[in-house]
Amino acid sequence: MLMNLFKFKGGVKPPTNKTQSVTLPIAVAPIPSRLVVPLHQSIGGTPRPVVQAGDQVLKGQLIGEADGWISAAIHAPTSGTVVEVAMHVQPHPSGLDAMCVVIAPDGRDEWIAHQPFDYANAAPEAVREYLQQSGVVGLGGAVFPTHGKLTPSKTVPMEELVINGAECEPFITCDDLLMRERAEEVVRGIGIFRDLLQPKKVLIGIEDNKPEAAAAMRAAVDALGEPFSVIQVPTLYPAGGAKQLIRVLTGKEVPAAKRSTDLGVQCFNVATAYTAWRAISHGEPVVSRLVTVTGNVHAPRNYEVLIGTPMDELLQLATPHPDTDGIIMGGPMMGFLVPDRQVPVIKATNCLIAHDDRLFPPKPPEMPCIRCGSCAQACPHELQPFEMYWFSRAKNFGKTQEYHIFDCIECGCCSFVCPSRIPLVQYFRFAKSEIWAREREKNAADGAKTRFEFKQVREEREKAEKAEKLAKAAAAQAAKKAAEAAAAAAAGEPVAEGAAAVEPVAPEATPVPVAVDPEKAAKMATIQAAMERAKAQREAAQPKNTEALKATQQKEIDEIEARRQAAHLTEATPAAPAGEKTE
Amino acid sequence: MMFAPAPYLLKDVSVSQVMTQVCIALVPGIVAYAWLIGPAILVQLVIASLAALAAESVMLKIRGKPQAMFLSDGSAVVTAWLIALTFPPLAPWWLVALGTVFAIVVAKHLYGGLGQNPFNPAMVAFAVCIVAFPALMSQWPSVGLRMPLVDQLNIILGLAPRVDALSGATPLDALKTALKLGDSSVDVAQLLANQDIFGNFAGRGWEWVAGGYLLGGLWLWYRKLITWHVPVAFIGALAVLSGALWLYDPARFASPLFHLFSGGAMIGAFFIATDPVSGCTTPRGKLIFGAGAGLLAYIIRVFGGYPDGVAFAVLLMNLSAPLIDLLTQPPIFGMKDKA
Repeated sequence: MLMNLFKFKGGVKPPTNKTQSVTLPIAVAPIPSRLVVPLHQSIGGTPRPVVQAGDQVLKGQLIGEADGWISAAIHAPTSGTVVEVAMHVQPHPSGLDAMCVVIAPDGRDEWIAHQPFDYANAAPEAVREYLQQSGVVGLGGAVFPTHGKLTPSKTVPMEELVINGAECEPFITCDDLLMRERAEEVVRGIGIFRDLLQPKKVLIGIEDNKPEAAAAMRAAVDALGEPFSVIQVPTLYPAGGAKQLIRVLTGKEVPAAKRSTDLGVQCFNVATAYTAWRAISHGEPVVSRLVTVTGNVHAPRNYEVLIGTPMDELLQLATPHPDTDGIIMGGPMMGFLVPDRQVPVIKATNCLIAHDDRLFPPKPPEMPCIRCGSCAQACPHELQPFEMYWFSRAKNFGKTQEYHIFDCIECGCCSFVCPSRIPLVQYFRFAKSEIWAREREKNAADGAKTRFEFKQVREEREKAEKAEKLAKAAAAQAAKKAAEAAAAAAAGEPVAEGAAAVEPVAPEATPVPVAVDPEKAAKMATIQAAMERAKAQREAAQPKNTEALKATQQKEIDEIEARRQAAHLTEATPAAPAGEKTE
Repeated sequence: MMFAPAPYLLKDVSVSQVMTQVCIALVPGIVAYAWLIGPAILVQLVIASLAALAAESVMLKIRGKPQAMFLSDGSAVVTAWLIALTFPPLAPWWLVALGTVFAIVVAKHLYGGLGQNPFNPAMVAFAVCIVAFPALMSQWPSVGLRMPLVDQLNIILGLAPRVDALSGATPLDALKTALKLGDSSVDVAQLLANQDIFGNFAGRGWEWVAGGYLLGGLWLWYRKLITWHVPVAFIGALAVLSGALWLYDPARFASPLFHLFSGGAMIGAFFIATDPVSGCTTPRGKLIFGAGAGLLAYIIRVFGGYPDGVAFAVLLMNLSAPLIDLLTQPPIFGMKDKA
């Protein structure tokens, strides 16, 4: 099918280094000596462990329960014994530990009883929940829980479903091999996404350096009679970034502040579609994934690897050369050197690259920026990296945000082209984390301030209420006295004067301190409001005492009220506005 | 090594590669210069280069910066070459050296060194020298002189007296004088017909030097070291303004072709106004910067008191570059409809 492709600005063409790892078919990696399965393997809540040390588990058995809607379940990758549920170092640049379930495999690889999901008779809601229970997450690297992206927007019609088979990072070929060997299951998985989202079009984007994968996908689409378009997009890093692929295939640009669904587009990786189909059609949760093992190794290849496999054991399968001095997880543009070779393969692990100085020469020393603008021309988000660098370096983080630092996808194009070899992306990560840290600090401080102020307001209010109570009592006393006096003596002036002397207690008793600063003023306003409410309540409550009055009593009261009013002892009631006017 | 961040692949580029390519791009112009004006320019290039490297080395030492890394980056040599090529070809050696040292010490390192200078160092040197030594900076040899290399060297090194023949007016000067005189009997077209001074269309010999710069500049663009914005805007603005005045009164104003191939117009458009450190960086900013420099260069060279206006035009635009950049930030990915 012919269609117009769009272009995104910028991008770079690093050497692809993909041919090494595509010569051999996918191999199944053997069960390792032990599996370390981190519980937190997706964006969102950390799953709660549901097993403990000593438990026997079967392959596919739930070991971590999804926590909240944006979270996905975790399963035992093989059968065996839970050794411990403990903190272990993670495949993350921070090198921090996180909670993991450690399993000693029994070698039998025995599946838990499982069956296909009754997809034909299931409501969309049930399908989404089933995918969550099966631990299906985005395998392109972002590991966002897939079910969370499968609810169509109520306001924006879903126009295009974009399936990402671009795989633009150098060295990585796992999606390529998946499409070559398992295209039919990928296409069936895409069918499920299509059913749930009901898009007008389904566009499968594959970089044009993978003709075999594109041909296999086309054949599968035709064989299944699906109306999907398989489109070869120009090989240009980062064409496999979700926003870039959406741009190339639909012409739509998704800014950082929006979701693609706001523009009627949703995007999934091909491997995600594959796992979704395995879950639906076989009842198999995500316990393994394809991983490219390449770089400074004797036999680069793609392996189907159990989640939790220590990276070092996996790397040995490809026989690394002795001068290997590290493992890069992911591609050379956006990946990172793992902090420990024993860290496990996780759902986000698409590639392991054995690192050495021949493949990746040490970076020459950093020079000053000469503002040549190469970075701006390479940036796929059309940012001005050298300006952001300048302000990041100066720790002027407000300015970095003015230059849209949060639109940076950290693709590394700017660092790649910089003649001064400035690690620009590193500066931007630093700036972002500083901004986040400051935001957190500010929120914490704001929280503390709010709590403190609330406490103060509460204390003030209690004090005010107390004073009010006293004033009320005093006023009642005074009113009673006045009433008694009025009733006893026939409107004697001296008594009225005496009553008048008592009466002002009420307004004085309600403390109205002079506001000295805005904060205090705000507090006072709150107190005033509280008092007003109390007063209103009081007034609403008052009539109750005088509801069931006899005519004579009412008359008596009216007379007293009239006299008090005449003597200016009480405020004019709305019933007698004339009195007010005369004053 | 373990903490080295991505990307692990880097393009094979460096500052010294960039600077080397700028120097290579200057070669066609230099060849034409040496051939048509005199080989003494090669000596001037050497003098300027040595002065620049010496000044750079001293400043790096004072500032505690690594010598090898910065001396080999090539930026000082580019500055030196631009100075040698824009100064009069038979300027005394000490004038070239002084201008170069001033450029490196004051215009570059006192502002913070590589990448930090707000003004183009070569143009600062030109401006300072033309203000301080107006006579020496205005002595351009008559092209027809055909002086042997030894004589040229003697003049540069101060071993021979600076003869009057040196102070022949440049084509630009000749025209300006005519304009200033307001002498209606002098017709520009008649003046230009004098091929001894004006060559075929813009100054005997010099027009081919400018052609060499044009060639080198196009190569820089082809190699993606510069974008088209600044040269096109510079040349366009210069051509439009000179063209308009030429059409208005061809007897008093020279043609756009003359202006484009005279003085520092071509080297300015491709090698000086394109300096990224002191120029604009946004696409629209580059257009404004180039056009502003082109317009100012014309105004100063035609109506001002100096032999050429490119240096002052570029310096004035350098001054405005940060503001222009601030006001011309392009819309980013996904925000174009808003902008």
